Amino acid sequence: MPTWVQLVYLLCGVCFILALKGLSGPKTARNGNLLGAAAAVVGCILPFLYIDHLKNVPLILLAIVIGTVGGVYGARTVQMTQMPQMVALFNGVGGGAAALVALLELHEILGLADAGVDPAKFALAATAFTVAVGSVSFAGSIITFAKLQELMTGRPVIFPGLPILFGGSLLAAVVLAVLLVSDVALWIAIVLALVGLLIGVLLVLPVGGADVPIVISLLNAFTGLTVAAGGYVLSNTLLLIAGTLVGASGTFLTLLMARGMGRSVTNVLFGALKGGSTLGGGEASDRPVKSSSPEDVAIMLNYAERVIIVPGYGLAVAQAQHSLRELVDLLGERGVDVDYAIHPVAGRMPGHMNVLLAEAQVPYEQLKEMDDINGEFKDADVALVVGANDVVNPAAKTTPGAPIYGMPILNADEAKQVVFMKRSMRPGFAGIENELLFEPNTTLLFGDAKDTMGKLLNAVKAL
Amino acid sequence: MSDGVIWLTFFTLSVFVGIEVISKVSSTLHTPLMSGANAIHGIILLGAIIVTGTTTNTVAVIVGFIAIVLASVNMVGGFVVTDRMLQMFTQKKKPAPKADAAKGEGA
Repeated sequence: MPTWVQLVYLLCGVCFILALKGLSGPKTARNGNLLGAAAAVVGCILPFLYIDHLKNVPLILLAIVIGTVGGVYGARTVQMTQMPQMVALFNGVGGGAAALVALLELHEILGLADAGVDPAKFALAATAFTVAVGSVSFAGSIITFAKLQELMTGRPVIFPGLPILFGGSLLAAVVLAVLLVSDVALWIAIVLALVGLLIGVLLVLPVGGADVPIVISLLNAFTGLTVAAGGYVLSNTLLLIAGTLVGASGTFLTLLMARGMGRSVTNVLFGALKGGSTLGGGEASDRPVKSSSPEDVAIMLNYAERVIIVPGYGLAVAQAQHSLRELVDLLGERGVDVDYAIHPVAGRMPGHMNVLLAEAQVPYEQLKEMDDINGEFKDADVALVVGANDVVNPAAKTTPGAPIYGMPILNADEAKQVVFMKRSMRPGFAGIENELLFEPNTTLLFGDAKDTMGKLLNAVKAL
Repeated sequence: MSDGVIWLTFFTLSVFVGIEVISKVSSTLHTPLMSGANAIHGIILLGAIIVTGTTTNTVAVIVGFIAIVLASVNMVGGFVVTDRMLQMFTQKKKPAPKADAAKGEGA
């Protein structure tokens, strides 16, 4: 490889570092992402320039065109509410690609071995790692996608013998990897890939509803590490640097997210096997509650001094965020002090709600993070909870046995009045009942969030 | 320094850089950050191009073709979807109309 190519790879690697750095600040995020994209494009053009007689060029270009069209189509048409599963899907195909690349490289190594070149043990170990973990990431992401897209149940799937099967698969993967390193053969790698797929499926099946985003982040880190190992096998510094960056930052991000939800990563992954995960019954309760009409709630809001909105995923699913913004603007004009309280995991992924509200052009300044606004609930006249449930569930503070126990929540229960806009009495994503619904100062407004929000908006206008 | 140690050095330093650069991220940006990092590992496309471009075996070419398609979906889709999300974060400050107005005045 010519020196100039290595230098350009280094430059691309630096751009990836700056891209990640940029992505962690609101002002620099977009430019950071564009810088990363530019570096990735430059990196991918290089092999066409420096490899003499690159073979299969028309096929390679065709494949790139197909993938690009598919990727752009998916990225542009996906609903913002479906963002978590889209990220999962993109991550999964990346993991799959890494596993296939490792298999091909192994094929290459075998060819060289036939020619008398002794394969390096460490390169074989890295290949085994890439094949196995890439497959885990692929299969795991597909199951994650299916769960979030509701192609299958979002509840934990457990069957007797799952822990044994899972443990057995892990053991089999290790044995196969050792075999591959000691006595290289393509069939071992293919079996290893299949076992990897099985591990991926078994890893994600027992993970329930609210925890799925943490798994997406974890699998993202896995794919990063596979790409890094692939970089070692191919002696490509850019792959190694980029993959390691994503692996490390992804792992760290996973821990940050888990902390935000008051869970540990092991509890997320294996909690259901011990019976401690988000395993709620999911049944609607028939205990009495106080429900009300949009007109009554309109009066309550219109004559309040301080209103805090707690938006949740249900808001976005119903596409009610535009009406909500109109309502907040209107209340603002009438002198009501309104803010949005954003729980770190509101929506289905940390930061997801900010994206969803940004889509409805809610001003950034009105979005208050949990720690900044939690002290203000006690001075609020009304807390309006729209399509959220678990993030205001006091059980997180009061019920040690609850699946969400320990998760920091928004103190909506401290507001003078609490209004819930809900479709039904069904519990939230975590699948447990919310005691706040039955409090005397809680009012429920049943119905589709968009429909009810429209009525509420008209009712406030009419006052 | 042996070859393996050089690679280990790259790896170790990258781990620390990877953690350091995102250590101060606000939870507001977790989703775009995850999506952006996801796009970056799409660089496996580079590896897929190299292995496909250096083989003559038909089966290997077919497998390579699939790997390139998958990797392009990851890389291109990842960056585009991240940009779509981040676009919304910049829109709501509404600097765009002002900038346009300023341009108009300038012209």
